[in-house]
Amino acid sequence: MPDLTKQTPATPDPEAPRSTAPSGGGPVLEVQNLTLKFGGLTALDDVSFHIDQGEILGLIGPNGAGKTTCFNAVTGVYRPTSGDIRFQGGSIVGMKRYKITQQGIARTFQNIRLFPTMTALENVLVGADAQHKTGMFTALFRLPRHRREEREGHDRAMELLRFMGIHRKADELAANLSYGDQRRLEIARAMATEPKLICLDEPAAGFNPAEKVELMNLIRKVRDQGYTVLLIEHDMKLVMGVTDRIVVLEFGRKIAEGKPAEIRDNPAVIAAYLGVDEEDAS
Amino acid sequence: MNKIKQRFISLPRPVKVLLWVLLALFAYALPLLELPIITTPGVDFGGVLFVVTMYALVAIGLNIVVGYAGLLDLGYVGFYAIGAYTAAILTSFHAHWPLLLSIPVAVVATTISGVLLGAPTLRVRGDYLAIVTLGFGEIIRLVAVNVEWLGERKGISNIARPPSIGGDDGLFQIPHLYWGDGTVLLDTEDTTAFLKFGVLDQIPYYWLGLTVVIAMLFADKLIKNSRVGRAWEATREDEDAAELMGVPTFRFKLLAFATGAFVGGLAGALYASRQSFINPDSFLLLFSILFLAAVVVGGQGNRWGVVVGAVLVAYLPQRFREFDDFRVLVFGLALVLLAAWRPEGLFPPKRTVRARQLEQDLEELEEGHEGEEAARA
Repeated sequence: MPDLTKQTPATPDPEAPRSTAPSGGGPVLEVQNLTLKFGGLTALDDVSFHIDQGEILGLIGPNGAGKTTCFNAVTGVYRPTSGDIRFQGGSIVGMKRYKITQQGIARTFQNIRLFPTMTALENVLVGADAQHKTGMFTALFRLPRHRREEREGHDRAMELLRFMGIHRKADELAANLSYGDQRRLEIARAMATEPKLICLDEPAAGFNPAEKVELMNLIRKVRDQGYTVLLIEHDMKLVMGVTDRIVVLEFGRKIAEGKPAEIRDNPAVIAAYLGVDEEDAS
Repeated sequence: MNKIKQRFISLPRPVKVLLWVLLALFAYALPLLELPIITTPGVDFGGVLFVVTMYALVAIGLNIVVGYAGLLDLGYVGFYAIGAYTAAILTSFHAHWPLLLSIPVAVVATTISGVLLGAPTLRVRGDYLAIVTLGFGEIIRLVAVNVEWLGERKGISNIARPPSIGGDDGLFQIPHLYWGDGTVLLDTEDTTAFLKFGVLDQIPYYWLGLTVVIAMLFADKLIKNSRVGRAWEATREDEDAAELMGVPTFRFKLLAFATGAFVGGLAGALYASRQSFINPDSFLLLFSILFLAAVVVGGQGNRWGVVVGAVLVAYLPQRFREFDDFRVLVFGLALVLLAAWRPEGLFPPKRTVRARQLEQDLEELEEGHEGEEAARA
């Protein structure tokens, strides 16, 4: 749990490493023999991988390979048919979705899902509230906890908006932000929940090459702050450039895992992406 | 409108407080002023104003459920009825408690009923919830019709009144104004006793109702500008995304339901006390619709909007009683026009203004915090 009693400094330095800096390796998330079936369709078939602390792991594969399904299983949207998902040593299978988030897994969405009629700042505050406990009575009587959490949440939200470069639009409605800013806001909102692991679902979708480069730098910056990142991405160049390790899915099965350079030369991966005759592939 | 609002927000704090106090004083004095045009001809103006405050109260409560949390509740009159019947049973039918003791019980009973209704039904969404709540409102009424213990169709009479201050004559008499031809006089013949809750003069009930409305507006503001209010809005906007951002959506929906029930029950108990008599016909489905109309017409999600909506829905039909036969027609026409021209209601929430307000609140919080630290040191 993040230390909430610690006061955020008045002028927070977004570049400074967070208190939950890499604590020397060890898997943050372990996916063990994960299988997920929808009726007769097997969306994920015996998939296993892990993510180490402070690592950027890429999850790639052709359309329909099960990347987002895998995400949804990790964040509690789908319940696995079999297999286990362990986060920081404990199983999170069957846990309520909001509890998983409070435990420290945050995500963004492939199709942007902000709260459109709330301001950018309020969107991030909702994320920050994941670690807050203010209830009806605390709010009604403006007890110290409410005041402290509002102040901390606000400071943190502004710090994150600044980190994402959209702090000037804090008071704009989320619906009125440009497409790119909406994507950035989603990342800020996810980071506000104080996650250990942040899952980005195709964050570069719809970006032009310049924006993609900017995003790569941003993802590295996120990691440098002590977050562990799980990244789904179509854009091979981006994935190769930013990740430490890559897991490749195809038709719900893991077909390869390794460093970007290894993946690039892996014949099975090339086959999956470019398509080859069945005889060659086997 | 927006400009006026922004200018208001940028006023210094003492000026703002002063303006609010003046507005409140005007509201309290309204029935004494006997203003021409505004005062309802042929109907007791104090009584009309009391009903207006009850509608406003109900609209504030329903706005939490419908406007903030986005849960369509078509059976809100059920909570109103539970509050009214609890007060009636405890002060007249089965016991003789004083009213002030029965109100907390009525409110707790209503809140519990809200949780009991919400716990199984808030798992369904949208249209389904509307149908379930619609049924709930009717079930409550039919139970009252058929259960002897609740007075059946005959209803319950002699419900206790609030305690008067200063005996039968009150502490002092407040004269009303009299508008003659071009002159305004104090009318010493026509006075209101402060503070006597009697049968004839309904103005003290209005004062009570108005006080409760003001208190609820304050409470509403405090809750809305907090984690709770944000969680409600996030849930309304995108329930799945909210849940994945760490909002226990079910718990917050239940909280909204219980809070709405709380306010509805309070209004019901006050209404029963003023009427002194209730029967199942006081809680027809029509009232659920009118309550919802107040919220929607005013602009759901905006606490001042829904109060304006309540004033329109409760006051206009009384003011224009002479057009009695056309009332429903005009009301329907007005709703259609509203749907066409202002689909979000007369005063939809202005969120950018609100964001600026939030900034200011936080500045005040920070000042308060510095004060605390100074005090500690």
